[in-house]
Amino acid sequence: MCVELGEEISVEVNTRVRALEFLIQQKGLTGVVETVPAYSSLLVYYDPRAVGYEPLCAAIAELVPQATTAVLPPARTVELPCCYEDPELGFDLAAAARRLELSTDELVRLHAGADYLVYFIGFTPGLPYMTGMPERLNIPRLDTPRTKTPPGSVGIGGIQCCIYSVESPGGFWILGRTPVPLYDPGAAEPTLLRPGDRVRFRRIDRAEFATIGAAVAARTYRPVIA
Amino acid sequence: MIRILDAGPQTTVQDLGRTGQMRYGIPPSGPVDRFAFVLANRLVGNADTAAALECTLIGPRFEITDAGAIAVTGAAMPVTVNGQSAAGWTTIALKPGDVVKLGPARTGVRSYVGFAGGLDVPLVLGSRSTYLRGRVGGIEGRALKKGDDLRVFPTGPVTPRRVERRAIPDYTGEPTIRAILGPQADRFTAEGLQALFGGRYEVLPQSDRMGSRLRGPRIAHARGHDIVSDGIALGSIQVPGDGQPIVLLVDRQSTGGYTKVATICSCDIGRVGQARPGQSLRFHQISVDEAHRLLREADTALDAAVREEIA
Repeated sequence: MCVELGEEISVEVNTRVRALEFLIQQKGLTGVVETVPAYSSLLVYYDPRAVGYEPLCAAIAELVPQATTAVLPPARTVELPCCYEDPELGFDLAAAARRLELSTDELVRLHAGADYLVYFIGFTPGLPYMTGMPERLNIPRLDTPRTKTPPGSVGIGGIQCCIYSVESPGGFWILGRTPVPLYDPGAAEPTLLRPGDRVRFRRIDRAEFATIGAAVAARTYRPVIA
Repeated sequence: MIRILDAGPQTTVQDLGRTGQMRYGIPPSGPVDRFAFVLANRLVGNADTAAALECTLIGPRFEITDAGAIAVTGAAMPVTVNGQSAAGWTTIALKPGDVVKLGPARTGVRSYVGFAGGLDVPLVLGSRSTYLRGRVGGIEGRALKKGDDLRVFPTGPVTPRRVERRAIPDYTGEPTIRAILGPQADRFTAEGLQALFGGRYEVLPQSDRMGSRLRGPRIAHARGHDIVSDGIALGSIQVPGDGQPIVLLVDRQSTGGYTKVATICSCDIGRVGQARPGQSLRFHQISVDEAHRLLREADTALDAAVREEIA
């Protein structure tokens, strides 16, 4: 069942979604198999052999008001190094700067200076849907989505920022790339980010991009998580 | 040990799938046709959760090095052991050196090969299922290829069993697939909903474990086809701007931004996945209560399907 708590993309509504998910986990509601938070809704998978639709609706409805005041576990802050300076990595940076009537340096400063909230993970394994950009960076999505975006590409579109986790089609303007994998099928925990995480970008140059990339390949890199 | 001599176009290791990873964007995977999968395990005395092979359109050829038992269910792929024809939907005893071959499917798309003991591949995030796009599970997260060796968990003697003839599904014809409305049925016109529940929808060749793409009468939107992205359930009928439905299956994306007009009952997912390109489906609307009743009936049918052979 899909529990809708609003229709808009806002921190307030999304926080309630994640709080409701947390409350459902805490309560251990009978029959709930797993939950998938999104911007403003929570998809609840349940086993109808264990719980009926009406009783589950009633149990969740009881938790919804508490989601407004529930205290979520403290958010993690994940620092992601991001290389903006190489046009081979941030291939839309110059075009996005022109479109926004900013210098590339100003665009990078504004993008890297912001604090991002992971609303949810979806679409492909480990891909974060985030907001937190200054309004000045609000930009329509690409007119023609590209068919392949390399993993690690950091993109903006509308008020959102996302990081592609695997090679996939995409309509975001790519400003840079992080060498840190958001999805690593060989790792014990393949996905790096979780719903509710805070993300900060740290500007790195091409040399550091290569150094971190080598450490990632050697499995010696540890992401900075506070 | 099982040595793969020919893999077939897409043969993967699957168990009942991963749970709890969709919030990280990782789909459950597992068999598209759960009914046939579970029977393949039960025929060889395994728990339903044991890992087996899912074969697509053309099956593999493999040699076994130790005595054991297998069962083939699902799509009607002709089975031979050392060139001799063998029956589907029944326990097949094998001796060391036997070579098993599954030919092209005559009906249906996916067949399942259960191995007594279950396939021994590493657990990834709690499951042995292969998720091809995410490159996890099974053997190195990929489809099987020639030369792969698969281990089987040790097990005792296997009681021969068979599936009752009347319990074997017929994958031909034009199956009626039952669905409940929503979550975004209000985004469609009355004519659009009539089209969905009145028309015939042909399965397109682009279909895979992520979703079955269908073509038929346009399911027209009343207002925009884009929504604020939300979670996608198993069997969601997603309708983008062109009005053509996509039924989302076990390797689906966890969330998406297109409207979803209806959701197919869990017990009918296998029938969608067994419909071949060019075959058509019809949809029939039911209530949530009916869907739950059907699920209980499907469980009962599953439990009644297998009989022990009488010597």
